[in-house]
Amino acid sequence: MPEKRIVLKNCEVIDPRRITTYLDRDGFRAWEKVRSEMTPEQVIGEVKASGLRGRGGAGFPCGLKWELARKAPGDEKYVICNADEGEVGTFKDRYILENDPFTLVEGIAIAAYAIGTKQSYIYLRAEYHYLFDLLMNAISQARERGFLEYLDIDIREGAGAYVCGEESALMDSIEGKRGEVRYRPPFPPEKGLWEKPTIINNVETLMNIPQIVLNGANWFNQIGTERSKGTKVFSVSGDVERPGVYELVLGSQLRELVMELALAKKVKIIQVGGATGRMIPYTMVDTPLSFETILGAGAITVLDESRDVVDAVYRTLEFLAEESCGKCSPCREGTETMVGILERFSRGEGEERDIRLLEELSNAMMLSSLCGLGQAAPIPVMDSLEYFRDDYESRIKQKQGGIVA
Amino acid sequence: MDKIREETASRGKDSENLLVLLKRAQGELGCVPGEVIAEVAQSLNIPINEVYGVATFYSFLSTKPLGRNVIRICKSLPCYLKNSQMIVESIADRLGIKSGETTSDGKFSFELTNCIGACDKAPAMLINNDVHGDLTPRKISQILKTYT
Repeated sequence: MPEKRIVLKNCEVIDPRRITTYLDRDGFRAWEKVRSEMTPEQVIGEVKASGLRGRGGAGFPCGLKWELARKAPGDEKYVICNADEGEVGTFKDRYILENDPFTLVEGIAIAAYAIGTKQSYIYLRAEYHYLFDLLMNAISQARERGFLEYLDIDIREGAGAYVCGEESALMDSIEGKRGEVRYRPPFPPEKGLWEKPTIINNVETLMNIPQIVLNGANWFNQIGTERSKGTKVFSVSGDVERPGVYELVLGSQLRELVMELALAKKVKIIQVGGATGRMIPYTMVDTPLSFETILGAGAITVLDESRDVVDAVYRTLEFLAEESCGKCSPCREGTETMVGILERFSRGEGEERDIRLLEELSNAMMLSSLCGLGQAAPIPVMDSLEYFRDDYESRIKQKQGGIVA
Repeated sequence: MDKIREETASRGKDSENLLVLLKRAQGELGCVPGEVIAEVAQSLNIPINEVYGVATFYSFLSTKPLGRNVIRICKSLPCYLKNSQMIVESIADRLGIKSGETTSDGKFSFELTNCIGACDKAPAMLINNDVHGDLTPRKISQILKTYT
């Protein structure tokens, strides 16, 4: 399946500093349509029918999330745009914000109208502070033109914490606290920011909204696979000739993205979905990219044949251990223990029982961690043990003098 | 409705948001030292440990003084694959300090950080709020000259 620009339609076409260039390309026409012709329920119905699922990695149906928040009791509700793109190897939201902040503003305006709120936030990661002014400029130009008559969009900045991309930690961070994960239920559409009904959508999810409204759910519904509608924006990095951002119809093959567009050669491993994503061997390069198969937030890091799998997994787990918020012990202790074991393997001093221990730990963490970080941290370990077990076994230290651990 | 709006406004107010206050202190003072932590706790009427907890949770807040310019070199996998170690060595060499340290003239601090979302220009680093990518040792010495 081909490249298709829905989300990136205006990127490198409009001037991200001038709203007029956006208005020339149907900018805010979806918002005008919503405001003049549609009830909030109709907007939600359209988004539901489109089949749009969250682009931050979890893939929750967007329209359903909005409906839950719309129906939740109370006058005080919030829309949050998650621009805390911290997943290793992801930079697509940065590219989107750099090139087309206006579509995002329009998407937020429609989301706020749908759930019934006058207050929204963009949570921008501290590492992207250089995008702050551009984003503020887009918001004020939209306000000057009268598109944000009923809505405040405030930018809240993070302060350097990967886990704050997790929605409940993100809300704690907006509240000014440590970005620690919350127990769920209750889920945000019921009790979110300041315990009020809240929807949190990824930048890319909201970027899809104006065109769904303008072209209709049926148009969107025909793109993609049965359970993955529309396109996905991918960030490709690592051992490729052309790293960058690519938008493909969902269901396209990994091969098309990695080999044909990014021009990778002699591929050994492809990390799909960043640190908490899958690590798959080249033999699986024909896998389609979709929610049914593999996807995540669209981070693709390619490692060629010269790379060492154990080293890559070790670095990945080191990252996760450092970024664990520390609230639950399976993640806090589990990631640290894994780092210790992997470090031994990378020195060629692994032991037979370490492999068993890694597997046991993985199971415990997946079942008992509080959030996606701890639940998914074992994925690179499990995948590498499944596909590259020899790389571990060759690093088990020789048992000496008959003493077996 | 007015009452709700008022409450919402006060909740969202920057002057009562701990993280916003600490970020401001970091920006103005270059760090969030113990005295500031105590002051903030008092002004918000919350325990010191809560303020300390936030001040030490985020990597862009520091309880120790940092240099005027903070270099953050990305150490995550995509940059690692593009030899970020070379960047680390090159910076350490030029500044005469190790990661986590500050130059004696207070001009630069440098530390390692996790993915900064510039993997398409790996290896990359942030200096203060600027991103620099596709780094080479030569490029680094030119870049460093532009900071005072």
